[in-house]
Amino acid sequence: MFGLGEECILDIPDRYFTLENYEGGVARWCPACGDHAVLAAVQRICRDEQLPPEKVMAVSGIGCSSRFPHYMHAYGFHGLHGRALPVACGIKARRPDLHMWVATGDGDCCSIGAGHWIHAVRYNMDMTLMVFDNAVYGLTKKQTSPTSPRGMATNTHPRGAWLPPLDMIQATLGFTNASFVARTVDWNPLHLYQTLEAAYHHKGLSFVQILQRCPTYTADVFLEAQQHPDRVLLMKHENGVKVDDAVGRIYKNQIEHDPANLHEGRELAEQRERIAIGLFYRNPDAPRYEDYTAQGMEMDTAAKLQALEHEMDRFAI
Amino acid sequence: MRVDEHIVEIVSDSGEGAQKAGQTFGQISAKMGNGVWTVEIIPAEIKPPARSRAGASGIRVRLGSRYVTNMGDEADVVVAMNEQVLFGRIEQGAYKPGTVILLESKWADDPLVEIREQYAKALGEFREQGFIVHELPLEKKFVEIAPEAKVGKNMFVLGMLCHIYGRDLDRAMDEVNAVFARKSEKVREVNRALVRAGYDYAAGHLDLQFEVPPIASREPWVVMNGNQAVGLGVMASGMEVVAMYPITPATSASHYLGGVFQNVGGCLHQAEDEIAAVGFAIGASYAGKTACTITSGPGLALKTEFIGLAAMSEIPLVVVVVQRGGPSTGLPTKVEQGELLASLHASPGDAPKIVVAAATIEECYHFMILARQMAETFRTPVLVLTDANLATGVQPFNRPAIGPEILAPPIDQSPWPDGKPPYDWDEETGLSARPIPGQRGGEYVLTGLAHTRWSKVAYDPHSNQKGCDMRSRKLAAVQRTLVPPQVHGDPEGDLLVVGWGSTLGSIEEAVDRLRGEGHAVSSLHLRFLSPLEPGLTPIFKRFRKVMTVEINYSDKPDAPLTTPENRRRSQLARILRERTLVNVDCWSVIPGQPLPPGQIADVLRGHLEAMRGEEAPCSA
Repeated sequence: MFGLGEECILDIPDRYFTLENYEGGVARWCPACGDHAVLAAVQRICRDEQLPPEKVMAVSGIGCSSRFPHYMHAYGFHGLHGRALPVACGIKARRPDLHMWVATGDGDCCSIGAGHWIHAVRYNMDMTLMVFDNAVYGLTKKQTSPTSPRGMATNTHPRGAWLPPLDMIQATLGFTNASFVARTVDWNPLHLYQTLEAAYHHKGLSFVQILQRCPTYTADVFLEAQQHPDRVLLMKHENGVKVDDAVGRIYKNQIEHDPANLHEGRELAEQRERIAIGLFYRNPDAPRYEDYTAQGMEMDTAAKLQALEHEMDRFAI
Repeated sequence: MRVDEHIVEIVSDSGEGAQKAGQTFGQISAKMGNGVWTVEIIPAEIKPPARSRAGASGIRVRLGSRYVTNMGDEADVVVAMNEQVLFGRIEQGAYKPGTVILLESKWADDPLVEIREQYAKALGEFREQGFIVHELPLEKKFVEIAPEAKVGKNMFVLGMLCHIYGRDLDRAMDEVNAVFARKSEKVREVNRALVRAGYDYAAGHLDLQFEVPPIASREPWVVMNGNQAVGLGVMASGMEVVAMYPITPATSASHYLGGVFQNVGGCLHQAEDEIAAVGFAIGASYAGKTACTITSGPGLALKTEFIGLAAMSEIPLVVVVVQRGGPSTGLPTKVEQGELLASLHASPGDAPKIVVAAATIEECYHFMILARQMAETFRTPVLVLTDANLATGVQPFNRPAIGPEILAPPIDQSPWPDGKPPYDWDEETGLSARPIPGQRGGEYVLTGLAHTRWSKVAYDPHSNQKGCDMRSRKLAAVQRTLVPPQVHGDPEGDLLVVGWGSTLGSIEEAVDRLRGEGHAVSSLHLRFLSPLEPGLTPIFKRFRKVMTVEINYSDKPDAPLTTPENRRRSQLARILRERTLVNVDCWSVIPGQPLPPGQIADVLRGHLEAMRGEEAPCSA
């Protein structure tokens, strides 16, 4: 057209993704299960970031949490109990182009999967690790979890869970090379979204504990926090999880916390007066293991064959 | 004196470099055209006590003027740095009357009276048994060049052997330089001087010379141990990810890859445990190129859940199992063939997978390429069984050809055809193509739960049956591509010996010896264990008796309380009986070392003689 510079022409992409593009099977979680909110948040992020579905990777273990990949239209790996993280790391090792979401639970990650949890944080590969923490083993019908509160009655401890619960935030903050440690809640969709969005954007392993309602087995466990917002402490900072006005109006107890301050992050995790939500710690410079594993991916066939002959020569007689 | 072959041992306390000296001697001999087979003698601890019978560390090198396939029977020449370490070898029948022992003599003048007495007593016993012992003050000699007594001995011994066997000294020097390539020139200089000193010493003081002529003419060779062959095979196959956790005796394959894998663009991942290693490999395979994990028996046990997932979700995977002594932690450095049944069965439910066993070091290399190809073609885990004997033994073989056709293809990222399921099972073969993440339109959720061809979770009887049928069918498809195995010897006779893995050379040498004595015995060696090679039943039926020879546990038939009905047979025998319905017998022991051909021949001769007086084949 006359006088129209190239920069004025609307750049309409070939493909535009709507929420529907990320919808897999109909979610079979119980009505009012917090998992629905997490799924919705992740689908929204994929849509807002316009991630091609074929480049989205959802990896899970076993549990209600781990049904997640089935409800996303993407590539999914619904694997073994406790073993999502090694698979996710193996996928990421030579496929840095895939957007990795790992769905796991309090049992899957912190009990049977505990060894992998520690080391995955240390590998710090670029992925978002979502721990759906409902403080119980739901899918197998109400056994005690490492995060169950003391005294909670379950089928394996009808007289009440005996041990104090494991604190996964304090633990993760203690792991070498931790680079992003956050907590959010499923019943505040805005905070949930902003936390996962920040996690997605962080380059490295983003550890996100999601306190998740289980209406069937642990309806009461987070009731206090749900019904009394003053029990929550909202961490804020320009480098932290973005706080929408609506969220700020609900959670009046707020604290300015720079996520670069690990010591302060640990103190906020340790204190028991309130449940701190937001970003405890971030280190954008922590080394990422894929920088090691992806080396040599670009090598062409001719170079490989030459190197092979050379190697064979070393054994030749 | 010209000989067809000779068996040489170097035996000492741990940490004295006997293995390095022997490996180098083997390399030099191979480069001069001899057939070579080496076996390491390893104590299970890193630092066992000095001068102890159990602490013997060393190496056996068998060199010949033809291709050598096993460790042979009794040694001809032994160099020993103290007399105590020989007792263990003698107990194992490693020597015979006439074996020449070159023995370090400094213990005769040791300040401690107990040591002087032990030495004198042992010497007497050795001579009584007919060994020809030469007492040699070796340390006095090599200490002149390398004052630190422990350090010099092995290269001095190498020099001696080079003279005794007429090795080319220039070639020896080249090898020494290669062995110490990563050290300083000063170190190489000292070691070359030690070799020369040992050579000159033997020339001046020993009336001992043997000529083992080289093999007449041959193709270009390479020489390496089985773990190196596995590593090189991984690289040649185009696999780009190896995930592992340290476990004896598999680890050195990963050490080798750790040094060179990046030269072909590959990545070695040391995982936090065995389970993480196989999970990582499966993730890498799922996302593009078949990956590999390398382990031993106890590691296989840990990996079985994930291997079952790979079989169920049809993800290609290569698992190398370098077998060792069991059960449980067992004998980490010693050979056994104990993982056959575990490889076939150990995952939950029915998880059909391909299992192959390398019989030689050459096969350790080639089977890696075969494994990658089969894993991808059949969308299945492939387990490659080797063992501690192959892992550490050294043998030359024909230099393999390398080419782009054996490298893994690049990752397919073209759009997935519309309407094509992720498990598009061919009704006849069970084969299907698999979508790779990134392929537009191929999005699916892999699951270990029972599923349909659309990878949708399904608990109905029909879907479960269908899935299991298709995965089992793939094994039938593999089996239909195989041809019956070759029989070594006559196609019919009195006795057929069936083996698998590293016993190949010993079994065939034993069979050849017995055929020379006029016995009607043949052997057969399996590489494919799952699926089993075809045509076994008709082959077996042409013999009066069939038996396996294996290095794993079985009850002796005449043991107390043992009947043919409750007798626990060795692993391959059980499989063959199930498959062929032939009354396959077995003979197996678990000595933690390879079976010498003489021992096998004695056992087979016993069975053949027992059969002489009978009408029907003897029952097992």
